[in-house]
Amino acid sequence: MTIWKVTDHVAIADQMMRLTMEAEGELPDYRPGQFLHIRVTDGFDHLLRRPISLCLVEPDTKQLTIVYRISGKGTKLLSEKRKGDRLDVLGPLGQSFPIHTGDRHALLIGGGIGVPPMLELAKQLAGKGIRVTTIVGFQSAKQAILIEELSAYGEVLVATNDGSLGRQGLVTEYMTDGLLALADRFYACGPSPMLSAVQRVMQDKVDGYLSLEERMGCGIGLCAGCVHKAKLPDGTVGYRKVCKEGPVFPAQEVVFHG
Amino acid sequence: MDKRVDMSVQIADLRLKNPVMPASGCFAFGKEMADWYDLSLLGAIVVKATTLEPRLGNPTPRVAETPGGMLNAIGLQNPGVEKVIGEELPHLRKYDLPVIVNVAGTAIEDYVETAKRLSDSGYADALELNISCPNVKCGGIQFGVDPIVAAELVSHVKAAIKVPLIVKLSPNVTDIAEMARAVEAAGADAISMINTLVGMSIDIAKRKPLIAIETGGLSGPAVKPIAVRMVYQVAQAVKVPIIGMGGIMNGEDAIEFMMAGASAVAVGTANFVDPYACPNIIAQMETWCREHDVERVADLTGVARKQGGFLVADRIR
Repeated sequence: MTIWKVTDHVAIADQMMRLTMEAEGELPDYRPGQFLHIRVTDGFDHLLRRPISLCLVEPDTKQLTIVYRISGKGTKLLSEKRKGDRLDVLGPLGQSFPIHTGDRHALLIGGGIGVPPMLELAKQLAGKGIRVTTIVGFQSAKQAILIEELSAYGEVLVATNDGSLGRQGLVTEYMTDGLLALADRFYACGPSPMLSAVQRVMQDKVDGYLSLEERMGCGIGLCAGCVHKAKLPDGTVGYRKVCKEGPVFPAQEVVFHG
Repeated sequence: MDKRVDMSVQIADLRLKNPVMPASGCFAFGKEMADWYDLSLLGAIVVKATTLEPRLGNPTPRVAETPGGMLNAIGLQNPGVEKVIGEELPHLRKYDLPVIVNVAGTAIEDYVETAKRLSDSGYADALELNISCPNVKCGGIQFGVDPIVAAELVSHVKAAIKVPLIVKLSPNVTDIAEMARAVEAAGADAISMINTLVGMSIDIAKRKPLIAIETGGLSGPAVKPIAVRMVYQVAQAVKVPIIGMGGIMNGEDAIEFMMAGASAVAVGTANFVDPYACPNIIAQMETWCREHDVERVADLTGVARKQGGFLVADRIR
């Protein structure tokens, strides 16, 4: 458990907040795809922490940025934190997106609040000389986030459900055979229907990883609240802990139906 | 200058170096928490419910936050007794503490078989009989609401094992003292209480329950006054020691349970908020005792009981 100081906290789109915090001590180890488990208030009214993905880390200034959507009482309370406030944080926690140094071209796919973890990943991939193409999907232009930031590391393709920005439709619209033929690996984070569609399109074509989202309790593997169906080491299908065994899983291990 | 406080307590044949243990289901099988601190700090460890066959558990969402607490409906997910004995329990022998294994089942036969295998394995120093899980259709609660059925199960399990038997009671009953007396008479060596209270939350935007199986067990500070009352009530109805639990968040909460009549305490939901909850609570209890000239924490057990007063057990019926 570490205490962080809020250094910046602003709205960047409809109900979307960007919070930057500074480590009071050493910057803990971090990897793209991991999450922070944040207490939103002191006292016993809101007990459970909120899991929010790492979006960007600046090691030189020991600053870490998260981007989250205000979607309930917990994130509403978090949105009320002001510059200078202190945050009680566990983590970074969970399994990260593995980076394969031999890859030449990686395809990143983010949907809605699944876009933020793609930024630190894009930065690290680009830093290893791996070419990055990012497909992002949003409900509409009002919820669009991080397009400019992602553009610093490679081409960004945008899809919106209502067509108010980029191409109308789902992220899978862009996933043509031509594009897939160029990709050595894919990394995806977003709502389950999107991840399920991505898994289907990529099957037998490109290896990759899915970052799952489930309502969490403890965040550290104690309660078995945040499970998702996935293949177990013995080949059978069972519920695996998203917080501890995930949130990132090899795409072929995740089971969406059945 | 510093006075030493004797933090040890006795639960049946088990001598615990302090009265604090994690509650079953809130600590998995210990491996995860061993990343955070030395488990030997704990008084004991109570691992997740184990059943004869593997159990997949319930669909998600399994958890929901509620004011001052949470609902859970995990559904006794576990790999089954064979894998628990083979893969989950042996690592706990590295630590200096008694290992208590929670046992769940659906009928007398599978409870007895699971308990016997755990007892024979040598990896369990005591068993906690789960007759109170509210989150599975056929998983013990039917044994936890009827004193005659509960007593029959307890006597069968007790006859099959060599280690002490702790029976975990459900608060979802009309008269918990009657349940406690029934399991004591049937051979329970200790009682742990309370399991969660059946609760429900509805997402009004989606017009449906927040928990996939609709209801879940309520835990956290919200249930503490009910748990304290029930421990107080049961402490007057039985002679066997009680492990008290229900919303303990800090040392003062734990002291309150001891004063109500508990000989030891279990910490559940607090572990989800703060991984260091158990060691912090142990330290806070010790500090409290030192500051209040309590030489032995065990001396606190039951001190809140009104001498010569009415029995609360008789009042709440």
